[in-house]
Amino acid sequence: MADFEPVLTANIHKPDSHTLAVYQAGGGYQAIRKVLKTMSPNDTVELVKSSNLRGRGGAGFPCGLKWSFLPKDHPGPVYMCVNADESEPATFNNRILMELDPHQVLEGIMIGCFATRAQTAYIYVRYEYPTAYRRLQQAIDECYAAGLLGKDLHGSGFNLDIYLHRGAAAYICGEETGLIESLEGKRAWPRIKPPFPAIEGAFRKPTVVNNIETLANVPHIVNRGPDWFKTMGVPSTGPRDPGSYGPKLYCISGHVNTPRCVELPLGVTCRELIEVHGGGVWKGRKGKAAIPGGLSMGLLTEKEFDTPLDFAGPGKVGCLGLGTAAVTVMDETVSMVDYLYNACRFFAHESCGQCTPCREGTSWSERLLSRIRQGKGRLKDLEILQSISTSIGIMPGTTICGLADGAAWPLKNALAKFRPELEEYIRRTNPTGYQQEEPALALVELTH
Amino acid sequence: MVPALVARLLQVSSMSATTAQPVLTPAMRAEIEAYFPRYPTRQAVTLPALHIINEHLRHVPQQAIPELAEMLGLSPAQVYDTLSFYGFFKSEPCGKVRAWVCRSISCSLRGGEEVLEALSQKLGVAPGHTTADGKVTLEFGECLGLCDFAPAMLANERVYKNLDVETAGEVANQLKLQADGKGG
Ligand SMILES: Cc1cc2nc3c(=O)[nH]c(=O)nc-3n(C[C@H](O)[C@H](O)[C@H](O)COP(=O)(O)O)c2cc1C
Ligand code: SF4
Ligand code: FES
Repeated sequence: MADFEPVLTANIHKPDSHTLAVYQAGGGYQAIRKVLKTMSPNDTVELVKSSNLRGRGGAGFPCGLKWSFLPKDHPGPVYMCVNADESEPATFNNRILMELDPHQVLEGIMIGCFATRAQTAYIYVRYEYPTAYRRLQQAIDECYAAGLLGKDLHGSGFNLDIYLHRGAAAYICGEETGLIESLEGKRAWPRIKPPFPAIEGAFRKPTVVNNIETLANVPHIVNRGPDWFKTMGVPSTGPRDPGSYGPKLYCISGHVNTPRCVELPLGVTCRELIEVHGGGVWKGRKGKAAIPGGLSMGLLTEKEFDTPLDFAGPGKVGCLGLGTAAVTVMDETVSMVDYLYNACRFFAHESCGQCTPCREGTSWSERLLSRIRQGKGRLKDLEILQSISTSIGIMPGTTICGLADGAAWPLKNALAKFRPELEEYIRRTNPTGYQQEEPALALVELTH
Repeated sequence: MVPALVARLLQVSSMSATTAQPVLTPAMRAEIEAYFPRYPTRQAVTLPALHIINEHLRHVPQQAIPELAEMLGLSPAQVYDTLSFYGFFKSEPCGKVRAWVCRSISCSLRGGEEVLEALSQKLGVAPGHTTADGKVTLEFGECLGLCDFAPAMLANERVYKNLDVETAGEVANQLKLQADGKGG
C-alpha cells in the first residue's frame, strides 16, 4: 500500500495541526459550508449512506443508515452523542484524532448534526484523555469565536452547540446506552434495547451515537464523494454486505518493534501490520498470537495472521469481529494462561453488574484463571470456563449489552485454539489435580 | 474497593445528622451553576459537578453529597448512587499527584505489572494508597489509550512513557517532584 495517501491523518504531522488556522489553511470547514449552503439534511444522510461508511466504534453499523432511523419530522430536540470514551484495551486511534486534529472531528460532528437535525452535541471524553479534552475545548472555543458554532451557521439558520462531557474511568460508558445514562447523571447501566437511541436516547429524545473516527470520515466524503471513498477497502460481496470501505486507523501494540497507529485502507492483513508497519515481532522472536481488534475480539493464531482486517475477516476465523482494529501482538514466550487472566480480570473489573450472567461469569472466570495461574487448576476448570464462555452475552441472549460477548470471546478462542497448551499448563503445575479450595457450588448452577 | 465502600456507607448513615460547615464554596457553586444551561436536566450536571468538587478538594467528601443534591434538585441517594458507581471518586483526599499505571494487555505484555510493583515498592504504598507525605496516590489503571508507549502511566495530566523496572526509582522521584510543582 505504498501509494496510499493518508486521509484522516493527512494533517497530523503539520506544526500546530490542532489549531483552526492550520485546519482552515488545509481546506478545513469547506465541507460543512458546502453542506449548509447546497444540501438538505436528507441529501446529507443519503450521501453518507451511499458511501457505505460503517461505524468505527466496534459494531460496524452503517452510519448513514443509522442516521436515517431518526423519526422524520420529530419536533425535537434531537441529540448527537459523540463517543470518545475509547477504553477498549489496545485502542488509541481516537486519542490521536482528538489531540492532533480536533477540528476535523468537530467538522464531522457539525455535518452529522445537520444531517440528523441535532442542535446539541455532547462529546463524551474519557477521563484519561486530558490532552484530548483540552485540545477539543480549545478547538470548540476557536469555532465559537469564529462564528463556526452557535447560532445561524453560515447564514443557514442552523444552530449548533457542542459541549464536552467528561467521563470518570469506566469502560462501560463506551457502550452507547451506558454512555447516555452516564451523560444523564446516572450510573452507566446500559439500557435494554429496543427502544434504540435513534427513537429514545439521551433525555428520552431521538439520539445518534457515533464514534470519533466514524465522524472524522464524514467531511472527506462530502468533499470528495462516495465513489472516491469506495476506491479504498474491500468491496461488498452482495446486497446484504455493506463492504469495508474507506481508510482506517489501525493500532499496533504489544510485542512489536514499533508500536504505533497507522492509517491504511480497510482490509490490510494482520501479518502486514506486524511485519511492515509494526517493524516485526520484537527481540527477533516469532509471533504466537494476536488480538485482532481490541481485547474483546478474541485471538488469532500465528497461522491466522494472514486474515484481512476488514469487517468480515476476523469473523471468518472465529473471532468476534473487527472491533476497533487494534492489534496486540504476543510473541512465542507468552503463556495463554497469562493472556486469559489479564483479559478476564479486565472484564470482571469493568462489568457494570446489572446482568447476573455477566457479573458472575466474568468474576468467576477471573477467579478460575487466577487459581490456574497459581498452579491450583484442574482440567475440569476448562469445562467450566467453556460453559461460561457460551452462556454469557447478547449472542446467547442472556445479557443486556455486548460487554459480556467481549468477555466470552477471549475464553472461547483460547479454548478452541490453544487448548493443548492450557491442559499442559494445568497438568504441569498441578499434577495431582488437588485443589485446596473448592469453587463454590453457585458456579455450577450459574453455568447449568 | 469493598472496605472503601463500607467506610462510605458508615459515613453516609451519619450524613443526614451532620451540622458541619458547608464544603461547597461560592466559587465551586458558581462553577457548577455554569453547567446548568448546557443540559436539559439538572441531574446531567452530576458528573461535571463531581469533577469540579474533586478538582478543588482532591476527593468528594460526604458532606458534599447533600449539598450537591440540593443544588441539582435530587435526593442525596441519587447523587450517591452515581458517585459510587464510578470508583474514581474517593472519600479520602488523594495525593497531589494521582498516578495510574496501566495493567491492561498491551502494557502488561511489556512489563507494566512489574513496573506497578516496583513503583509501589519505591513509593512505599500499595496501589490504591497515598504516600505518607500526601504527595502521590498510586493506582492501577485499565488501558489508558497509551499502548503505543507501553508500559505507560498517567499522572494527573502528565504521561510517562515506556517505563521499566530499572528506572522505577527515578520515576518515583519524578512523581514527587511533580507533586511539588517541579520537574515539568
Ligand atoms: C462494552 C462496550 C464498550 C464500548 N466502548 C466503545 C467506545 O469506547 N467507543 C466507541 O466508539 N464505541 C464503543 N462501543 C460501541 C458503541 O456501543 C457504539 O456501537 C458506537 O459508539 C457507535 O458508533 P459508530 O456507529 O460510529 O461506531 C462499545 C460497546 C460495548 C458493548
Ligand atoms: S452485559 Fe455486563 S456490562 Fe453489559 S449491562 Fe449486563 S452486566 Fe452490565
Ligand atoms: S494497554 Fe496500557 S495503555 Fe493500553
